[in-house]
Amino acid sequence: MSLIGARVVRNEDPLFLTRGATYTEDVVDERLSGALHVTFVRSPVAHARITGIDTGEAQQAPGVVAVVTGADLAALPGIPPIGPQAAMAQPLLATDVVRFVGEPVAVVVTEERYQGEDAAALVFVDFDPLPVVIDPRAAARDEVLLFPEVGTNTAMEHDWKNQPSADLFDGCDVVVSREIINQRLAPAPLEVRSTAATVTDDGRLTAWVSNQGAQVTQRELSGALDLPREQVHIITPDVGGGFGAKMGADPEHVVVAWLARHLGRPVRWVETRWENLVAMTHGRGQVQTITIGGRRDGRVLAYRLEVLQDCGAYPRFGTFLPALTRMMAPGVYDIPRLESRGRSVVTNATPVGAYRGAGRPEAAAAIERAMDLFAAEIGMDPTEVRRVNLMPAFDRERVTLAGAHYDTGDYPGALDRVLAAAGYQDLRREQAQRRERGDVVQLGIGISVYVEITGPAMEAGGPRENATVEVNPDGTATVLTGTSPHGQGHATAWAMLVSEELGIPVDRITVLHGDTDLVPAGGGTAGSRSLQQGGAAVQQAARELVEVARRRAAELLEAEPDDVVVDTARRGVAVRGAPHAWLSFADLAGREPLAVHTVFQAPGPTFPFGAHVAVVDVDTESGRVVLRRLVAVDDAGTVLNPLLAEGQRHGGLAQGAAQALFEEVVYDPDGNPQTSTLATYPFLSATELPAFELVDMATPTPHNPLGAKGIGESGTIGSTPAIQNAVVDALSHLGVRHIDLPATPQRVWEALGSGSGMRSGSASGGAV
Amino acid sequence: MEVKVTVNGVARRDDVEPRLLLVHYLREVVGLRATNVGCDTSSCGACTVHLDGEAVKSCTVLAVQADGCEVTTLEGLAGDDGSRLHPVQAAFRAEHGLQCGFCTPGMVMAATALLRSNPHPSEREVREGLEGNFCRCTGYHNIVRAVLAAAAAGAEVPE
Repeated sequence: MSLIGARVVRNEDPLFLTRGATYTEDVVDERLSGALHVTFVRSPVAHARITGIDTGEAQQAPGVVAVVTGADLAALPGIPPIGPQAAMAQPLLATDVVRFVGEPVAVVVTEERYQGEDAAALVFVDFDPLPVVIDPRAAARDEVLLFPEVGTNTAMEHDWKNQPSADLFDGCDVVVSREIINQRLAPAPLEVRSTAATVTDDGRLTAWVSNQGAQVTQRELSGALDLPREQVHIITPDVGGGFGAKMGADPEHVVVAWLARHLGRPVRWVETRWENLVAMTHGRGQVQTITIGGRRDGRVLAYRLEVLQDCGAYPRFGTFLPALTRMMAPGVYDIPRLESRGRSVVTNATPVGAYRGAGRPEAAAAIERAMDLFAAEIGMDPTEVRRVNLMPAFDRERVTLAGAHYDTGDYPGALDRVLAAAGYQDLRREQAQRRERGDVVQLGIGISVYVEITGPAMEAGGPRENATVEVNPDGTATVLTGTSPHGQGHATAWAMLVSEELGIPVDRITVLHGDTDLVPAGGGTAGSRSLQQGGAAVQQAARELVEVARRRAAELLEAEPDDVVVDTARRGVAVRGAPHAWLSFADLAGREPLAVHTVFQAPGPTFPFGAHVAVVDVDTESGRVVLRRLVAVDDAGTVLNPLLAEGQRHGGLAQGAAQALFEEVVYDPDGNPQTSTLATYPFLSATELPAFELVDMATPTPHNPLGAKGIGESGTIGSTPAIQNAVVDALSHLGVRHIDLPATPQRVWEALGSGSGMRSGSASGGAV
Repeated sequence: MEVKVTVNGVARRDDVEPRLLLVHYLREVVGLRATNVGCDTSSCGACTVHLDGEAVKSCTVLAVQADGCEVTTLEGLAGDDGSRLHPVQAAFRAEHGLQCGFCTPGMVMAATALLRSNPHPSEREVREGLEGNFCRCTGYHNIVRAVLAAAAAGAEVPE
């Protein structure tokens, strides 16, 4: 029986459930014995000139081994910024100017951890305050400059100089335009950032880092330290969540690694949650201007998306997000005329990077809001407007006006399924009854239909990944993968793929990852790439291993290679028609190592899609929103293990719901973070969610033999606009047309209070 | 200061700093590292252990406050060698109630305490009972299912 599609429980779990996983902070290793503890001194102000750093008292504090400032690191190249503005690079430790609250200024190294907190409080930094800019719209005016020598806050333009064309909306009966906010969010993995580092006997730097791709971290860390790549050995212990924000190397990682070399002793660092919420990269942070136009029969003729991206204080990956948002701008719709442009600006806030979805949720939120605005304007049901404009189902590549090469899709099919599962007509009836009765609690029904891009190129040469499969003489197998699971279950999923080809049971297969000595190349786990590239590589390696085994067995059994076939029941190969002439993979491995290393190269990224329906109760007196139902079709092609795929969807749906209703990083006008603890950042809890209703759909991709697309981010992409649309829908009969994310009670209440609700978009406080 | 604590059935006597948190005592003095620290504000529940049978957030308890108490951590739930899963642990595996695993030790300890006080909770009661335990991966869906499945299986909770 095939394992493809089987609900196999995880190999990882027995250990995780009885002894706990081994995260970076848990690592016990003799190479780290006597490790010193690293504590960062961070800026308490958002923008200021540093006029002095007094480390004298800290140097004298108990247990202090070293106090280091940026002056000590001047010779290091550091981390290059994303985009053309080389002068906007973040220093490893700030020397002249600090540009956000939380920016590292100095570092204290102590014998014991508690001593570090004591000593860090004794480092006195003198600041001369500078004007602060938090709102990217203000930053775009270049009145307050973060880098006066650059002369602008613009870190990157995305065809920004292309002026909107005057005739884009010619022939439209109706044109709707508004500014919408896609707010700043904290990725907040439950395991914060952590690193341990030492110089090993071979003279190399060995670093244990909580990360999403050891090879990427190795490249960035060695580059920042000006070391040859092979002089840096990265080990990835178990990782407690990443969500995009643990890719590569941050300044803190570089400083900790440098300290190990500088002091010649092992060092360890684990940040506090406060540090995590102010200094790990944030996500999202876009101000979008959407304009949509079309005919009163529902046909959309033109769409324009303008993106202003908040990069935070230094251009990290967030600078690039508008490119992904623009690529997915038209979403699932066949819109004859499309324009988009974007601009990324620096602000006095935490740098922005990738967060689950990274650029695509922003695109889906924009077009799905635009569709609802257009539907409301022409008085048509939002599902009908979508039907009129959806691309028909396609099974060969389609190139969009945004330049994306969609592989396969059936968007009308996804919409039909989700509406049927949700009982859409019944919901509309219930809504009508409540409206008629004038109930205090009104019902909202929101729809989104989405498509996203997964598995874009992570390494030079396109979307590819490598794998090694080895059968051991004891009948077990070992898999080496360039992906980097941190909750996704690759140890189980990759074992299933090998078991499918070789017949070796899943629990006899060990999957190893995240050690650059064992796996020198790899793209890690991000962009929902793992199964479609890493899994495809494992499958390819296992199939190539069968070929090697067939050739070797043919010689040993004196048979024609073509007559030797795989025999998974006996975990080996056998001569066709001669049942006693066979050899197990283990026997073959006992004679000569039986291993295959291979690289799978995909022709391109894949485009998973789906449709979500959200049902909300909105209290028109308090503004409180309760998410009653979330019904989701998420089509990621062939599903290897539904248990794991559903888990990815659940997590994504929850994070999308969190963006829609609760979570937002907020700064006051002086740049002080107002959400820097888990007591103040409204991290989603179990009480705020319903049980999710998942609907299956599987449209395979031709881009890999598995037929699999990415599933890691889909839930996040579809759910946010569905829920946001539902909240607006609940109040649409009262004239409300838009409520910005997140739809907190205050924003809902303000939208109601404003009568038409049309000015509610400006209610956002602080940063976006 | 000296503390006498029984951890997972083993009586201990240790000299600790008065300000040492129970979670750091368990992790660094006792060497039991399943219990995690996820925040600084007692919000996330990753550090949940049982103190004299009740679920507590061990980042909010000083080691010296546990003097004379019995502490149970995740490592103590499955018996001496961890080879047999406790019914709640088994349900978490069967229902895929964990992904990255970081919240899991605290979540399992909170769930076992919940089921001890309410052996047959409704879905709403499970959600409310676990409100103080954050998970970033699962959307809570399968955690709730796991706790309900453990309850349905009549998970007796030996301590």
